[in-house]
Amino acid sequence: MITILRELVQGMLSFFERVGLFVRFSLRLLAILPSGLLRVRPIVEQVYNTGALSLVIIMTCGLFVGMVLGLQGYDLLNQFGSEEYLGTATAISLLRELGPVVTALLFAGRAGTALAAELGLMRATDQIAAMEIMAVDPMRRVVLPRFLGGVIAMPLLVSIFIVVALFGAQLVGVQFFGVDAGSYWSQMRGAVELDDVRQGLTKGFVFGVACSLIAVYEGYNAAPTAEGVGRATTRTVVTSAVVTLILDYIITASML
Amino acid sequence: MRSTRTIDISTGLFVILGFAAILFMVTQITNREFSLRSDSYRLLASFENVGGLKPGAPVSMAGVAIGRVEDIQYDMNLLKAVVTLRIDGSYNAIPNDSDASILTAGLLGGQYIGLSPGGSDQPYKDGDAVVFVQDAVVLENLISKYLFNSAATKTDEATTPAPTAAQE
Repeated sequence: MITILRELVQGMLSFFERVGLFVRFSLRLLAILPSGLLRVRPIVEQVYNTGALSLVIIMTCGLFVGMVLGLQGYDLLNQFGSEEYLGTATAISLLRELGPVVTALLFAGRAGTALAAELGLMRATDQIAAMEIMAVDPMRRVVLPRFLGGVIAMPLLVSIFIVVALFGAQLVGVQFFGVDAGSYWSQMRGAVELDDVRQGLTKGFVFGVACSLIAVYEGYNAAPTAEGVGRATTRTVVTSAVVTLILDYIITASML
Repeated sequence: MRSTRTIDISTGLFVILGFAAILFMVTQITNREFSLRSDSYRLLASFENVGGLKPGAPVSMAGVAIGRVEDIQYDMNLLKAVVTLRIDGSYNAIPNDSDASILTAGLLGGQYIGLSPGGSDQPYKDGDAVVFVQDAVVLENLISKYLFNSAATKTDEATTPAPTAAQE
């Protein structure tokens, strides 16, 4: 009984410690942010790594999410004889929720794990220690460009996801089920406000910051072993997913 | 690591694609086809009941959007809802006895303000008040009116035969 209690306390303490370390890490990153923005070259490389390389998976998933929305939406709306609202339903659910959230989950799985594994491996193979010996700040040199690349790439990925999904839903609704193409787009245009787009992009940006930060934190602070790298990548995905969904509720509650 | 050229090309492609997607979202799927010009003017209309009218709702004439509802306030002196309409400056010859009514688009659609032209030869000017207004139709009032009417006709039917019988 005592041992269980002790372990519980021990676990809570280590959780608080991790949160504290995470906050310190974030503040450190924030402090060197202005100097990092000037070094464009490494940021472009990281936008390529996190953004351009995620493009195929984002577009494929977007297409199928859109097609499912078209299928489900048509099936439901058809019962009320109002299939022409398919465009509205698809666009609003994509802009407000599905676009940013699904993209963030895919981003954590595709780009976040790559970042964490790369940084973890650098830690395990003493590359980070070597930089410190050479008086090169690894935070500035390695961590910051990766973080910024993710932050820049996320909103763009969200937008691409949403637009591809809209065409996916159009494919199912208009081409397969014969919803009128004109009413699909015009009903959508009539109901979607600029605020919906703003909400989607805000979420994309916030999720981008959160997921990139978690990925670089977990990778940078990974235990310098093969097991540690593996654990860091797992943690990246799990923490990113949980944090994304929690943040999603908070942002939605504050913006509605 | 691939050559920097490949990286640059695909990054550029990705960023352009991303911005194109944002542009598509902002211009193609939001309702911004009607934007007011700078020389627009205001009209005020006071209603007993605005129903579900919201700021940003369209103001239309013969089905053509000519402006937007800018603001809805409750006036404590008039005890009415004062709606500020912002009309596009290109529609500057609306007769100043035109009436405003709150209408509903479709069966479940949003509410908007419809202006129908009057016969005056003086146009509306900035800050004018619309005199002839028609309130939003409230479904509950409509139902209760219908119920009370049918109840009244029933009592009429019940009471009217009595005097005729007495006359005979």
